[in-house]
Amino acid sequence: MIDVDHITKRFAGVTAVEDASFAVAKGEILGFLGPNGAGKTTTMRILSAYFPPTSGRCTVAGFDVVRDSLEVRRRVGYMPENVPLYPEMRVSEYLYYRARLKGVARRDRRPRFERVVEQCALQEVKDRVIGQLSKGYRQRVGIADACIADPPVLILDEPTIGLDPNQIRETRGLIKGLAHAHTVILSTHILPEVEMTCTRAAVIHRGRIMAVDTTERLTRGLSGGRRVVGELVGAPTGVESKLRAAAGGGTVSARARDGFTEFSVECAGEADPRAEVFRCAAANGWTLRELRFERRTLEEVFAQITRREEGALTPDPSPGGRGERKEPAA
Amino acid sequence: MNLLTLYRRELAAYLVSPFGYIIACAFLLFTGRFFHFALVQTQSADVMNEVLGVMDVFSMILVPMITMRLIAEERKSGTLEMLVTAPVTDVEIVASKFGASLTYFILLVAPTGLYVELLRRHGPPDLGAVAAGYLGLVLIASVFLSIGIFVSACSRNQVVAGIVTFVILLLVWMLGLSASQFPEWAVPVVRYVAFFPHFEPFRKGLVDSRDLVYFLSVTGLALFGTVRVLELRRWRG
Repeated sequence: MIDVDHITKRFAGVTAVEDASFAVAKGEILGFLGPNGAGKTTTMRILSAYFPPTSGRCTVAGFDVVRDSLEVRRRVGYMPENVPLYPEMRVSEYLYYRARLKGVARRDRRPRFERVVEQCALQEVKDRVIGQLSKGYRQRVGIADACIADPPVLILDEPTIGLDPNQIRETRGLIKGLAHAHTVILSTHILPEVEMTCTRAAVIHRGRIMAVDTTERLTRGLSGGRRVVGELVGAPTGVESKLRAAAGGGTVSARARDGFTEFSVECAGEADPRAEVFRCAAANGWTLRELRFERRTLEEVFAQITRREEGALTPDPSPGGRGERKEPAA
Repeated sequence: MNLLTLYRRELAAYLVSPFGYIIACAFLLFTGRFFHFALVQTQSADVMNEVLGVMDVFSMILVPMITMRLIAEERKSGTLEMLVTAPVTDVEIVASKFGASLTYFILLVAPTGLYVELLRRHGPPDLGAVAAGYLGLVLIASVFLSIGIFVSACSRNQVVAGIVTFVILLLVWMLGLSASQFPEWAVPVVRYVAFFPHFEPFRKGLVDSRDLVYFLSVTGLALFGTVRVLELRRWRG
């Protein structure tokens, strides 16, 4: 559905995106993950034909974003960061206006309008003036706008920024629901969000795409294994060495806390030493009160990837120097 | 189709904002007062000649207020991004904004038709000259509006856009006033560049194709420049 082939975007002296390549298949939700200024917005703006890449090619639904920009724009529902809307218009007026602008046929406008109002839970505010809406409702109007023409591709820049936890959950549910019929790209710097909503994630750091993979593979493959953690009542001696013997080597650490002992066992690849750990505890007469797998979070993976990159490069003197530009100077 | 959709939104934006009505009130109050004053002074049915001249100067002050927000505000609030990523061309965007602002200007001026009606009841004004004068007013307003839209496209601060537009209009106006101060060879050039020497014949009832060409080509040039400025984002980012 979306093919990005070695795109680079430079602004006067600043490289916002460098040599990015990835593809998104129909029905996928791809999450762009990266710190502020990593190049997420720039990439999304290229995909939605706001500006062309400096070099490289990029097609959406088979149309080139530079040469067939109008065709691309007909097929993409784009929601920019911070959801700019006309404050003086009513929600219904605005959505009908956008539907006309996006070429929705006259007889389809009402059903499309009613559909997005229902999907985005806008019934209560559809006759209100946009300028008076809360942030959460504005965000939903933005998503409704992106969906109004039923485009095959949705590009949502930070769809959950500035929302309260309930609204975030609702918005995530909404996006997940949309994925059946649409291909979605969304950006975020909230890592759990990608794990919860996306089928795949692209980690972007300083304009480069560091990794593109399913969220499970990212959390498993890149971190190189899992970890078993647990707690023992009291402070028995020799926990580390006994556990190491039981688990068959690997890094084991144990720390006595206030009345209990915390331990962790690193395990290689697919190994599962939980049963061994239990037997070891039982054999030694320890009281095991917790034993669980600790999956690496995307957060750790992300930190690992970005730190590795920083170690390899000479540090950039200005942290915001490679940042994405919020608005082209003109 | 797109053009009509965009045009309707732009025009509605004028008509729903209190600012649009404040401008209209100020304009009508000022021209009405002047119409009364000129009528008492001249006791002539051809007073519209004078009134149109004043409306013209007054529109130089109004137009920056009409156009300043058109693109600058959309750029600042980010709605321009929504607009240009919708399947519409930059030409359609600029044309709709120009069309809506010109329509608003015409709506602003339309009530002054009452003055003409008043004159017609009490004496025989030269209706042909009045019609030509209004045509000239609309044409010169097109020039002002297109320059205002161009400046608005260049800035993201609408107040700056308004002030710069006013300064440009004022400079070209003063150029026309001081044409005779220039060296002899430059006088025709200055008189050609300035707006008002082209407006004078209209007020007298003279529709000259050279003046028509001047107004239409300056408008076209400024709007073309606006489209180019919008396209700049593609190359400068």
